[in-house]
Amino acid sequence: MAGESMRDVMIEARRPPNAHRGVLKWLQRNLFNGPINSVVSVVTIGVLLWVLWPFVQWALIQADWLGDSRQACSGEGACWVFISARFESIIYGFYPEAARWRVDIVFALMAGLLAWLAIPRIPGKRWAAVIAVVGFPIAAYFLLLGGHFGLMHVSTRNWGGLMLTLTVATIGIVGSLPIGIILALGRRSNMPLVRAVSVVFIEFWRGVPLITVLFMASVMLPLFVPTEVEFDKLLRALVGIMLFWSAYMAEVIRGGLQAIPSGQDEAGKALGLGYWHRMGLIVLPQALKLVIPGIVNTFIALFKDTSLVLIIGLFDLLAIIRAGLTDSDWLGFATEGYVFAALVFWVFCFSMSRYSQYIEKRLQTGHTN
Amino acid sequence: MSRSPSGDRVALWRNPAFRAYVLQGVLLAALAALIGFIVTNTMANLEARGISTGFGFLDERAGFSIPQTLIEYSGDSTYGRTFIVGLLNTLLVSALGIVVATIIGFAVGIARLSPNWLLARLAGAYVEIFRNIPLLVQILFWYFAVLQALPSPRQSLSLLEIVFINVRGLVIPDPQPLSGFAATPWALLVGIIAAITLGIYAKRRQVRTGKALPIYWLGAGLIIGTPLLVFLLTGAPLEWSIPELTGFNFSGGVRVLPELVALWLALSIYTASFIAEIVRSGIQSVPAGQVEAANALSLPGGITLRKVVIPQAMRVIVPQLTSQYLNLIKNSSLATAIGYPDLVAVFSGTTLNQTGQAIEIVAMTMAVYLVISLLVSALMNVYNARTLLKER
Repeated sequence: MAGESMRDVMIEARRPPNAHRGVLKWLQRNLFNGPINSVVSVVTIGVLLWVLWPFVQWALIQADWLGDSRQACSGEGACWVFISARFESIIYGFYPEAARWRVDIVFALMAGLLAWLAIPRIPGKRWAAVIAVVGFPIAAYFLLLGGHFGLMHVSTRNWGGLMLTLTVATIGIVGSLPIGIILALGRRSNMPLVRAVSVVFIEFWRGVPLITVLFMASVMLPLFVPTEVEFDKLLRALVGIMLFWSAYMAEVIRGGLQAIPSGQDEAGKALGLGYWHRMGLIVLPQALKLVIPGIVNTFIALFKDTSLVLIIGLFDLLAIIRAGLTDSDWLGFATEGYVFAALVFWVFCFSMSRYSQYIEKRLQTGHTN
Repeated sequence: MSRSPSGDRVALWRNPAFRAYVLQGVLLAALAALIGFIVTNTMANLEARGISTGFGFLDERAGFSIPQTLIEYSGDSTYGRTFIVGLLNTLLVSALGIVVATIIGFAVGIARLSPNWLLARLAGAYVEIFRNIPLLVQILFWYFAVLQALPSPRQSLSLLEIVFINVRGLVIPDPQPLSGFAATPWALLVGIIAAITLGIYAKRRQVRTGKALPIYWLGAGLIIGTPLLVFLLTGAPLEWSIPELTGFNFSGGVRVLPELVALWLALSIYTASFIAEIVRSGIQSVPAGQVEAANALSLPGGITLRKVVIPQAMRVIVPQLTSQYLNLIKNSSLATAIGYPDLVAVFSGTTLNQTGQAIEIVAMTMAVYLVISLLVSALMNVYNARTLLKER
């Protein structure tokens, strides 16, 4: 029979010949294919060893990890005792010890909400968004500031450390996005006055450095309001940060709005939808999806720039570490302090940028060739 | 009274044109009210604090010293002068930063596209590390952790015994022009003009005859060669004052402030990580078909790069590069955190504290950055219009 000469099982794919696989072949193909590449590889390895090895030795191998005072530092490598001894103040700032559990609850709520929002498999995103935008800020406000429900009042002057950094970043992010959307819509409006106001507002904030904005917020805002109104220092900084970043946000969103074909808006008009319906149901969902990477990049930039509040005298993560460096018991640990601050900021920013890349891939519902 | 398409009468508040007028009217009124509120409050507050408004303070004696001045300045100079000194210091560190950030950024961006796995990864790691750490942390790190840990002047680290670095900053040789040196800058100018003229001529000649001149080599020769020739013919009238350790400090040479070095390093390294990404995306934005087409025409590699890839990549790179330069200029205001005497530190800092003229000073400082931004944006629009893809 003809059938007998045919196989009914697939032959296992054969492995490539030995000369084409393995570590050595990989090395040859990627690092040593040709004289120039070989020289480049050797030089790169040399530079890596020259820079990285002393750093690893300093930061890990010869470092001191245990102890609670300066005596624990051997002086050979990094002394991370400097960080662990002040870990509490790096996290909570000057928040009274008895009330720190409230900060912990806010941290836990925030982490839970973030996970709910960020992990696609968990259902109920709409509820998560409502809680994150409405419920969480109210809860965080009462928990952190206190003064109600028998909770001790904690003035914002005592806020500090990572807690303050996260507060400023969260409020900045939550506040600047809606203002940015309004400004972006305003800049594309047909009404000349609305457009002019939006353009001037956006170009002004984008043209000046954040430091001058914070200076303005700290020295000029108190002049703008009646004397009897007391303007909290943190609140002043937050107003400055929100206004500043909403302008950048607006430009990112405008990019998205411009990328939506005008046929979408016209189709909405043909269906008899009003402006806000067309924007809210048709244009903005598509535009915002397009510019998610840009929005997250703005979040990252905002997060990094929260460190600037130290210049107007707020004690964020960086400022707390810097203040610790002037402690006479702990002089000479600048490297440890700043490397640790850099690491904390880096972990936050890097995770945000990786998450944005992931979400960008997930949302890629269109056809690309 | 307007009518709907079906002929029914439409209520006035449903008429879009009418609603637009009302909305803008409300916006105008709200803005006017806000401005009025701010102005009256500010006036009242200033009066209550006894601060007089106006720019008269600019002519008053400043009475404080500034560690780095590019123009003549002393404690007897006016506040107006401190403004200029600060502005020049800002421009100095920005210019230095832009040059180095561009060099590092292009090198790292091209390295990221290298076929060498290790080099590409190393460049990628550079970008991911430095763009995710706040600039302020980097500035403080370089200043307090690196430069403050350098040895005292007596144990300075040196490069070829010409450049020295120690805890008090960088000491570099100082060129001392002798009489007759003035001819060299003029020769440079002549060389540049000659190179531009040659460029225009070469282009016309190529259009007419199809033959190209080796314009890059000739141009470089004119720009470098002319001043060099004049310099040598006038008897090399330039002396270098080499720094020398005498006692506890250096004599000769110029001392560069450690604050300037730290700020310069941090700004360059930070901005370079963004420039590297721009360069990479610019080069990758040129479709592979372009290079393949050039290969099919058997253009040599160098010409493919110069005439096909770079011009198209530049169209993507230049606008983003400019906005990075603007960011760098604005970021240089972080100088105030380590005490480099830039515009913000000298003017919004010391001068503001001494005079209390918050509104005038913050406004002047913001105006400087705004003018720079708007100028560069205007130039950018001209560039964009010229390099726009010409279609139909």
